[in-house]
Amino acid sequence: MRQEFIITVYSENHIGLLTRITIVFTRRKVNIESLTVSESAIPGVFKFTIVIKATKEQTIKIVSQIEKQIDVLKAFYHTNEEMIYQEIALYKVATESLYENDTIEKIVRNGGARILEITREYTVIEKTGHKEETQALFNELNKFKVMQFIRSGRIAITRDPIERLSEFLKERDAFLNSLD
Amino acid sequence: MTTKKVTGSQAVILSLLEEGVDTIFGYPGGAIMPVYDALYDFDKNVKHILTRHEQGAVHAAEGYARVTGKAGVCFATSGPGATNLITGIADAMIDSTPLVCITGQVASPLLGTDAFQESDVVGISMPVTKWNYQITTPEEIPEAIAQAFYIAQTGRPGPVLIDITKDAQFGELEFEYKQCTKIRSYVPEMPVDPFKVKEAAEIIDQAKKPLILFGQGVIIGNAEDELKAFIEKTGIPAAWTLLGLSAIPTDHPLNVGMLGMHGNYGPNLLTNEADVIIAVGMRFDDRVTGKVSGYATNAKIIHLEIDPAEIDKIVKATVAVLGNSKKSLKMLTDNVKENSHDEWIERFRKCDMIENEKIIHKDLYPEKPGLTMGEVIRIAADKTNHEAILVTDVGQHQMIASRYFKFRNSKSNVTSGGLGTMGFGLPASMGAQLGKPERTVIAVIGDGGFQMTIQELGTIAQNKLPVKIIVLNNNFLGMVRQWQQLFFEKRYSFTELQNPDFITIAKGFGIDGHKVEKRDNLDGGIQKMLDHNGPYLLEVVIEKEDNVFPMVPTGASVSEVILEP
Repeated sequence: MRQEFIITVYSENHIGLLTRITIVFTRRKVNIESLTVSESAIPGVFKFTIVIKATKEQTIKIVSQIEKQIDVLKAFYHTNEEMIYQEIALYKVATESLYENDTIEKIVRNGGARILEITREYTVIEKTGHKEETQALFNELNKFKVMQFIRSGRIAITRDPIERLSEFLKERDAFLNSLD
Repeated sequence: MTTKKVTGSQAVILSLLEEGVDTIFGYPGGAIMPVYDALYDFDKNVKHILTRHEQGAVHAAEGYARVTGKAGVCFATSGPGATNLITGIADAMIDSTPLVCITGQVASPLLGTDAFQESDVVGISMPVTKWNYQITTPEEIPEAIAQAFYIAQTGRPGPVLIDITKDAQFGELEFEYKQCTKIRSYVPEMPVDPFKVKEAAEIIDQAKKPLILFGQGVIIGNAEDELKAFIEKTGIPAAWTLLGLSAIPTDHPLNVGMLGMHGNYGPNLLTNEADVIIAVGMRFDDRVTGKVSGYATNAKIIHLEIDPAEIDKIVKATVAVLGNSKKSLKMLTDNVKENSHDEWIERFRKCDMIENEKIIHKDLYPEKPGLTMGEVIRIAADKTNHEAILVTDVGQHQMIASRYFKFRNSKSNVTSGGLGTMGFGLPASMGAQLGKPERTVIAVIGDGGFQMTIQELGTIAQNKLPVKIIVLNNNFLGMVRQWQQLFFEKRYSFTELQNPDFITIAKGFGIDGHKVEKRDNLDGGIQKMLDHNGPYLLEVVIEKEDNVFPMVPTGASVSEVILEP
């Protein structure tokens, strides 16, 4: 059964690695729903958060192929339930429509969104949440015509009490040293 | 450690020498000229083989790697030089062959400008390399090359490409070389888990009908003796994949033959009767498994494998033993009981008798007038006392040669397995000969594949490589024709060839040869080829419409192996 999986990849910061990782999906004709890359808490180690829709079996194989890449330190996969995750969305609406009545203000308040900037022409609203939530807000705001809309890729954190990566790096160092 | 100031291109050559490279295959061009200029001063230290096409260089490097176990090295220039390597790199990737390919690149300020002979070879080669890297400053050269060799040759080996911009070749650096021994993000092999070994040993000890499948992992891991010890202690019959061929001597009593689409009858048929399958250094390729849902239907699977990504990829393992097969086989042998499986082995013998009667005898000792590929292979193998290195191309002749050539020594079978690259054979035979100059190298090639890289006859002649080339000529793309006959109602769509006079061509290149058309001349013809001092081309005209059997038709289960159409 196909479902959403969150794949987390920790890697060295090397040019071209993003392509190497995405090739693993392309070759198996699995579409990437969202992709976020940034430096992790450990300097020099980068973290990829990749959302796909696939079967568990497919996901396991993809993760082992990613892990096989030389510059990849470790890759994990999780179901949505196993992680806390968020996406951020920005909406631009005409400031005029805010003045006309207080509906937008109510939407922002009730939707847990906030206003980032107001100019004479436009107002930028920010909302963090799951895709359904940011989409719901879009649908509400679009009644007043959203001028621009952007949603980020997903970021996610495990429910584990420990940071897996630092544990992992310690183990890896000890292991490689034991080979000497 | 003392350092000295050298140019980037000198650093390339010095780094290769530090890695013990004795042979480079390549083709010069604009963007790699500084490296070739540096090479000019090192002709005493390293042999460079100028091929006639970059594809020839990369296949030759593969041939060299396969017989020596060391990384094959090749040079090419930017743009078309680099892209011409890609087929060979892809071939090496799927067949786990260690290669270090060094390509020239336009100067770094020109990157991305569509400069003359610029191609994004790092991008292009990414899906078919184990690792690749672009060098834009001279200081990076020693470390990148050290990493390249480490990655190419450790763990599950594979091809690595290093792209060096021309300005990095011209620039200077303080040269200091340190071999790479570890990379934080790369674990070449996992230590063997003794608990997994015990678990596997218990299953093996209880097996009534166990079967060993061994692949190239045994050869790459230099685990031939360990495999033999394991087989002999347990008394388990062992079958080989195309690339596992030659790991143990062909005539070993427990060697029950080849797996796969054109493998032997017994190991295919009985795969589905086995209760335990011990797969060693093999990856359950679709040509081995046939229809996966109908494969090894009664067996628990024990998978000894170095690459974690191969575990459960195609066939789910009951017990997976990760690590180097040299270590895992040794541990497994220590943990299993001595045993024998005479009745079970008798089943293989019975299958052999059936196959022998229906196919093998007719292939090897035909009574019809036309020559068969099988008889040519039989005579060539016997006359070389089963001690030659066999290099094959791709197609019918490859399957026939793999079925009937016999081996005493490991690392003696060089073929393009996973990618099935026509044109592989002739250049790979050059690399095999250079890697093992003291051995007889026999290249068996079809008339189709021969013409894909025929220009390498020039390289063979120029370097006086004493390769014995047998072209099995049926004036057809034989394997495709066979499929057309069996599965496409004999609609022979574009498979018939009008061939040139191969002997005249060889002579034009300065290579002696002759053509055999009749059985009476075959034995003497092969003898003449083997006795000849230097390279030789023997063209054998064979029956036009012979087929390779047995066969596991596409989409069929291994137990549905057929002996005749």
